[in-house]
Amino acid sequence: MTVVPLTKATRVATLLSGRKRARRPSSSFLRRLLRNRSAAFGGAVLIAAALAAVFAGAIFDADPLDMVGRPYTWPFTDRLHPLGTDMLGRDILVGLVYAARVSLTVGFAAAALSTILGVSLGVLAGYFGGWTDGLISRLTEVFQTMPPLILAVVVVTVLSPSVGSIACGIGIASWPQIARIVRAETLRLRDSEFVQAAVSVGEGHLRIVTGHILPNALPQIVVTGSILVASAILTEAALAFLGLGDPNEISWGSMIGAGREAMRTAWYMTALPGLAITAVVLSLNLLADGLNDVLNPRAGNG
Amino acid sequence: MRKPLPVAGSSRALRYLGLRCLQAVPTVIAIAVLNFFFLRLAPGDLVDTMAGEAGAATPEYMAMLRQLYGLDQPVWTQFLHYLSRLAHLNLGYSFRNSTTVLDLILSRLPNTALLMLSSLAVALVGGVALGTIGARWRGRWPDALISAISTVGFATPLFWIGLMLIVLFSVHLRWLPAGGMTDVEGGRTGLPYLLDVARHLVLPVFSLAVFYVTIYARMTRSAVLEVRELDFVRTARAKGLAPRKVMSRHVLRNALLPIVTMTGLQFGTLLSGSVVIETVFAWPGMGRLAFDAVFQRDLNLLLGVLLFSSCLVVVSNLCTDLLYSVLDPRIEVR
Repeated sequence: MTVVPLTKATRVATLLSGRKRARRPSSSFLRRLLRNRSAAFGGAVLIAAALAAVFAGAIFDADPLDMVGRPYTWPFTDRLHPLGTDMLGRDILVGLVYAARVSLTVGFAAAALSTILGVSLGVLAGYFGGWTDGLISRLTEVFQTMPPLILAVVVVTVLSPSVGSIACGIGIASWPQIARIVRAETLRLRDSEFVQAAVSVGEGHLRIVTGHILPNALPQIVVTGSILVASAILTEAALAFLGLGDPNEISWGSMIGAGREAMRTAWYMTALPGLAITAVVLSLNLLADGLNDVLNPRAGNG
Repeated sequence: MRKPLPVAGSSRALRYLGLRCLQAVPTVIAIAVLNFFFLRLAPGDLVDTMAGEAGAATPEYMAMLRQLYGLDQPVWTQFLHYLSRLAHLNLGYSFRNSTTVLDLILSRLPNTALLMLSSLAVALVGGVALGTIGARWRGRWPDALISAISTVGFATPLFWIGLMLIVLFSVHLRWLPAGGMTDVEGGRTGLPYLLDVARHLVLPVFSLAVFYVTIYARMTRSAVLEVRELDFVRTARAKGLAPRKVMSRHVLRNALLPIVTMTGLQFGTLLSGSVVIETVFAWPGMGRLAFDAVFQRDLNLLLGVLLFSSCLVVVSNLCTDLLYSVLDPRIEVR
């Protein structure tokens, strides 16, 4: 009679401590990430872009909206303006670097918003189940039914365009994906032995969620989050191209929209910002792939 | 438990269809609630927004609307008025375009459908072909090339691809028109008209398809690689079926299932992509209508497009489920 609870207790103890021991030190994680070629490449490009965006003011003391040279200077023809100038004589390289600020800020802010929304709703739905799950799942369905870009356009139009409202619109339109993933993960983890163990030793809901479920769902959240940043940057570009960018800021999408006017004669004004978007989005996707390989080694692909 | 869907017994399929339509009603109502919320959130009162900003409507009409909506009444009454109008398929009137919102949307719908369905077809054919090639020559150069192209294509903004195609094919090579749906001269009928539309369709369809080609290529590749190892494929090969037949009848048919799901899931994204592509190519569809609505500050028209396109997504999800049960009869229609 006394043997049974004892074994159960030891089992619980090993399960609880086993989870902590299984965690690897972060230096090993970084090393594995750097050994992954696509992740290292993506990370490097991203860090370079982020540094350029942060120190844009220190690199170029010019205002990106100032006329600094002869209009319509083609790239690689003038040493002062290596990537040329646009129809108003604004330096394109300076513009690209300053635009990185808005595009990256909006991208990360929107992804953060949808991650926060998606993770909290997904955990609530998966953990509590029942009517909470039913309600949240219906809400997710509603937001998944609305075409994301049109919803973002509506939100930005109603709130009038600014960096904040654009991030808000993209975030509101893109949380369902991560909510569904987190819900599924939570459902899976809720029945796992270590969560059962935590329940049996009387841990509260909040402790179980923050201490056991979220840390174990983190790999999925990180990978999906980085994909969300990439798609948010693409959506921001589309919004800015449609004329719904922040009127006081320059972004890659708005540069494409402006360059379009002169596309027949000077297509480089449209081409260069597009290449910048592709480079950053590509590196984010590569980083997400690499993170997925390192963090979820069992979920092998192809 | 696993009864196949009877081909003749269509009553069950009909019942299923009815049930699914019923399930979609709360979703549509919830979107209507959101629309109402957006209308109220916008500056000015509900009627200002409904009538389009900057005095597009006559004062008489505004007064009538104010009375109709009972703006002095509580929000709940206003909301019920709004819902009952929607239930009568009344999405309001666009003064900028001097016609009803529903008529405007319906007149643009065929153009958007043409663009989207052509793009889906191109994406399916292209994606499945590329994915199959990738799986067939796995790890060799065709596979590497296709996966490199699709990785880059996946990261490129659709509208930018469209613009670059215009630069190449319309400005420099002068092969294809840069925008619109027909030539300015117009007046064509019959076959010449269809050919004219087809010429205008090439670039927008291709730009919209690129993104989906990359998704489908990836999915087909991994699905083919997975299905190919399954027992029934080995059986098919063992009984001496020609490799090509094994591929088309056994492997591809089963690899197609996730693609159907994906297409259903991505329908809203396809509609979103269509908004931008229609703007790039001045294609007179629903997306272009949404773009114009933003610039005419006609929020009611914009919300009409949002509601209507959400309903399209609901319908497409329904079609996906039905198609799924046709492709895989084991799946029980609930």
